[in-house]
Amino acid sequence: MAQKETQQPMKVEFSEAAKKEFQEILKRYPDKRSATLPTLHLAQREFGYISRDVMEYVSNLLDLTVGEVMDTTSFYTMFKLKPTGKYHIQVCRTLSCALRGAREIYEHLEAKLGIHEGEVTPDGKFSLMKVECLGSCGTAPVVQINDDYYEGLTIEKLDEILDNLE
Amino acid sequence: MFEKVLTQHINIPESQSIEYYLKHGGYQAFQKVLKSMSPDEVIEEVKASNLRGRGGAGFPTGVKWGFVPKDDSKPHYLLVNADESEPGTFKDRLLINGNPHLVLEGAMIASFAIRSNHSYIYIRGEFVKEARILEKAIQEAYDKGFLGKNILGTGYNLDMAVHRGAGAYICGEETGLIESLEGKRGWPRIKPPFPAIEGYQHSPTIVNNVETLACVPSIIERGASWFKSIGPEQSPGPKLYCLSGHVKRPGVYELPMGTNLKEIIYEDGGGILDDKKLKAVIPGGSSVPILRADEIDVAMDFNSLAAIGTMLGSAGTIVMHEDTCMVDALLNLLHFYRHESCGQCTPCREGTNWAEKILHKIESGHATEKDVELLGEVANHINFRTICPLGDAAAMPIQSFLKKFGDEFRAHVGVGHCPLNSRL
Ligand SMILES: Cc1cc2nc3c(=O)[nH]c(=O)nc-3n(C[C@H](O)[C@H](O)[C@H](O)COP(=O)(O)O)c2cc1C
Ligand code: SF4
Ligand code: FES
Repeated sequence: MAQKETQQPMKVEFSEAAKKEFQEILKRYPDKRSATLPTLHLAQREFGYISRDVMEYVSNLLDLTVGEVMDTTSFYTMFKLKPTGKYHIQVCRTLSCALRGAREIYEHLEAKLGIHEGEVTPDGKFSLMKVECLGSCGTAPVVQINDDYYEGLTIEKLDEILDNLE
Repeated sequence: MFEKVLTQHINIPESQSIEYYLKHGGYQAFQKVLKSMSPDEVIEEVKASNLRGRGGAGFPTGVKWGFVPKDDSKPHYLLVNADESEPGTFKDRLLINGNPHLVLEGAMIASFAIRSNHSYIYIRGEFVKEARILEKAIQEAYDKGFLGKNILGTGYNLDMAVHRGAGAYICGEETGLIESLEGKRGWPRIKPPFPAIEGYQHSPTIVNNVETLACVPSIIERGASWFKSIGPEQSPGPKLYCLSGHVKRPGVYELPMGTNLKEIIYEDGGGILDDKKLKAVIPGGSSVPILRADEIDVAMDFNSLAAIGTMLGSAGTIVMHEDTCMVDALLNLLHFYRHESCGQCTPCREGTNWAEKILHKIESGHATEKDVELLGEVANHINFRTICPLGDAAAMPIQSFLKKFGDEFRAHVGVGHCPLNSRL
């Protein structure tokens, strides 16, 4: 996929609102390093993904080395190291979902969007991932799109959901 | 007649609000504790109740709290484990959605008991909505004076905050969780020292599951003997059973501890999907040994399941009917464990990788008898040789699948395809 990965924002800096939020986050912990995960979540919300420049910015905020921030960032699957689609679709593939048709859901998405795991549609609208158990096995199969869960899916329901996304 | 204790309000839309919770007797137990009990009295009551941890290991909750030093000068921490990432488990999410203040009240009482003034709820990153619900509930509790400084004029201080994970099964393991809370990757720590002595920030720390803590307010209010009267005395109480896979009515069922597994599947769960024949059941989350269809006439509690060689774990019951290929099911799980191994110990990191590869080969029908044997050996080499129990959690399914469904593995040998044409 031809992603504009090299294009970074001119200057990596939180908005005023995010700066305030960051100060609130710091107050919750006895040390700065404990604020790493919440700060990375905030950074991802601000910048879309965690580029190397963002890691450097976060490391300055938290008095950590870039290496320490990189180490943490890369360990967690939810921190994106490159841009994803406007709608990031994550299909649960673990056993309970697999028993209730997760593969059909995933293959339908691949065909419909014309992309494979880890790719973004050319218009930047959708990206696709398989993920492990989302903690909602009783309503399998389950898909998470950005922050939201879609449960008890059928192909028809899924199509309807996708069609309604702007 | 069993009266629901954890989920009786769950389907009522207002049940998330503090007003609703207060109207239905909420925060009475916390007030009772603050006004009339000492921390040690709380610990003794919970010990007497025989409450055992609902996070997986079933450790007696009061006993664990008792390990926290009583006269040190360090801060103490109470961490609520809302990571809920064991495949087949989805009960804590229901509690957070439907009764967040019950979880908070349990955490407040636990904090008081272990002399902690700081509590964090570690919630898996994917539960965005649930994190917001908890944040709102915490704010409400501050506004009503149940959190903060000098709570209800008693001199007790307690701060609480939500901490979101970011996608890593291993952060459900208590020391992985602590590392993650400290801002690092979630690499489990070697024990001892146990967290109760040296946990978050090198300070005494208790990690408890959401459901465990949700049991605490009713123990304080109604007494240990009432709690002990529900289910088997050695592991009593109300229990949330998660039912998923090939059943007609999957979901969370609150029943007395020790309810018969067959009854849960056929009565609560409505029986097997499409009226097919039952083949296998994983009773306690993906990490515990599997049961054959003829083994499910068993009480779902810690001791009864241990007696037949499996575990209650997180009570994530995964049901599989006759069309399920056991090789494919195990392959699905090994993919999970390989993906989630933190990579710190060689047997776990390499073993899960090997096992997945061998299983691929078996499932595609291109393996030999020797490969099936090798799979068993790989599992034996992981078991009991790692820092944290994830290694065992990957090995136990392999060993039990091979023991109970070995014929099905051997039937794949050399046929060039899966005999059941399974594609999970
Ligand atoms: C690999 C692994 C994953 C775990 N995941 C969870 C989890 O998601 N939620 C949980 O409450 N406990 C989990 N546990 C168990 C915790 O380590 C810990 O025992 C538990 O939170 C203690 O709480 P309890 O005494 O109330 O059960 C996990 C353990 C292991 C080894
Ligand atoms: S057993 Fe596996 S998950 Fe646990 S510490 Fe070792 S490598 Fe990490
Ligand atoms: S297996 Fe898909 S949500 Fe648990």
